[in-house]
Order: sequence, then C-alpha cells, then structure tokens
Amino acid sequence: MTGHQHTAKKDFPGVIHETPGGGIVLSKLDDVINWARSNSLWPLTFATSCCGIEMMAVASAKYDFSRFGFEVARASPRQADVIIIAGTIVNKMGPVLKRLYDQMADPKYVIAMGACAISGGPFFYNTYSVVKGADHIIPVDVYVAGCPPRPEALLHALISLQEKIKAGMTREQIKAGNEK
Amino acid sequence: MMTNEELKTRITELIPGATFEEGGEWLNIHVEAGSWPDLAKQLRDNPAYRFDYLFCLTCVDWKTHLTMVYHLTSTEFRHTIVVKSKLDSGKPEIGTVSNVWKTAEFHEREVYEMFGVNFLNHPDLRLLILPDGWEGKNPMRKDFEDPVNMIKL
Repeated sequence: MTGHQHTAKKDFPGVIHETPGGGIVLSKLDDVINWARSNSLWPLTFATSCCGIEMMAVASAKYDFSRFGFEVARASPRQADVIIIAGTIVNKMGPVLKRLYDQMADPKYVIAMGACAISGGPFFYNTYSVVKGADHIIPVDVYVAGCPPRPEALLHALISLQEKIKAGMTREQIKAGNEK
Repeated sequence: MMTNEELKTRITELIPGATFEEGGEWLNIHVEAGSWPDLAKQLRDNPAYRFDYLFCLTCVDWKTHLTMVYHLTSTEFRHTIVVKSKLDSGKPEIGTVSNVWKTAEFHEREVYEMFGVNFLNHPDLRLLILPDGWEGKNPMRKDFEDPVNMIKL
C-alpha cells in the first residue's frame, strides 16, 4: 500500500485510506453501528423528583445535552433509547418503571441519577415505601452520585454512557456477545 | 382582619373552654374532639371570622397521644388560626369536617391511612394513596414497623 496515506480519526472508528480523488474507509460494522448509536441517544422524559429538575436544567440552554446527541427527549418509551432514572422510586412506582423499560426498543440503556436511584439515598432507613435502588427493578449501565448531582455530573454520565457503548461494554451488548 | 389578640377574645366567647397557645405567627386553639364539627361550622359561617379555607389538615403522633391539626384562613379577612385537638392513640376518633370544607374529604382519607384516625360521619373513608392490603397498618405512626420493606437504623 505504498504511496497511500492511512488516516485514523480520533472520533471515528476505522482507518481512512486516501486514494486519488477520494478514499476508502476500513472499519467494522459493529464499531460503526455503536458509533452511530452512541451519538444519537434519545432520553425518555422520566423524572420522579428533584433530580428531574436538574435533568431539565441539563436539557435546557445553559448545559444543553443536545451538544452530545441527547436532544430529542421522547415522551414515549417506544421511541427512547435511554432512560435516566431521575429521582426516588417508590414501591408503587416500581411496576411502572419496569413496564416503561420493557416497552423501550432494544438497544436500550439506563442511567441511575442521584442517591435515590442508586440506593434509596436519604430514604434508605426507616421507610416503608422506597425501593432501595432502581437496580432492584431494571439493570443500570451508569450511576451518577449526588443529591441531586450537578448538571456537569449528569453530562459526564451521558458521555460515559457513550464511551461504554462505543467500547461495546454495556450490559445489552455483552449479553448479545458483540463486545470489542 | 383581626389580630391574634382579637381572635382570642372572640373565640373565647364562642368556646369558653378553649385553651390557647401563643408566640407563633398564628394563634393556636385547643378544642375537645367532640365539639369540633359544630365549632368548625361556626368558624366558617360566622360573619366575624369567615374561615372559608382549610389549607392544611394533618396529624402528629406524640407517642402518648395523637393531635389533629387544622390550619384555617379567611380569604375575605386574611386572618389565620390553627385548631388542634388531642386524640387517644388507642382509639383515635373525631368528627369529619368534609361537610364544612370539601377539601377535608381526601385529607382525612390520608390521615386515616397514615395514622388510623377514624373520622366519624365521613362519606367515603378508605385508603387514599396506599395500595390494597394496607388497611389498619398506619405507616406514619412512630411505632410502625414493616419487616419486609423497612431497613431499621
């Protein structure tokens, strides 16, 4: 292949072989699909308490998660790729959360935002009504600490999820056996 | 609008046996549970008070007894009072005020499920938020225990 330039782009999986008048991209289909999926994650509009306010802040102009491909928040689980569990999950909400998750189309991802979604948080002890962690109900890919987390922390979680998808290391991908 | 001092004088005329608690923003009145529904009607309808708005109805568990708490305000005169009534923990009973302030209907259902207070003459006393099977369990009582859902500190 002497005489040809091989360019690797940092944000694209694969190598570009420059040819006169154009080029040939060499990559793996799985990598390209993961790359595409990770840059167009549509979150479900789902919030159960104060973390929801922070999530809305992240959606709005000041923090703006559309910069990373999360712009189209969907009010229907059938059109959403990622569910951000923003808030406390109570026992009565448990079946609703499970149902929403089941209604989402594959591939689907879950972010547990804040102390309540991680472990029940401030409601861990002496409460009759709170689920002690959303991962008792559905599998979680990324956990964000905080009560509530700063908007920057949620952005970091969203970017972490993208990296996880690109690496083929989400629960769904491992289950399907197409990790890198 | 009446000051707390004026309210105190006028309400003493209405209920000679009432005791008061002062020092807070609002005048606190302690009444006997038995006399409460009649008194509530007078507080709402008397042209001097016109307490037409019940903006908070709740209960406190003091372990030794329960206290019902009613926050009343007048949208006409803008004065506010707090009415409290002591109830027996073993058999908490008080007359409903849902016929005086309609909003009490569901607030009383909440106190019923959370504290087990029996509101006499309530039109539809059943669980409000708790799912079926929680009848008689009263999770907001201090002595409430739930080995299935609760992790004790």
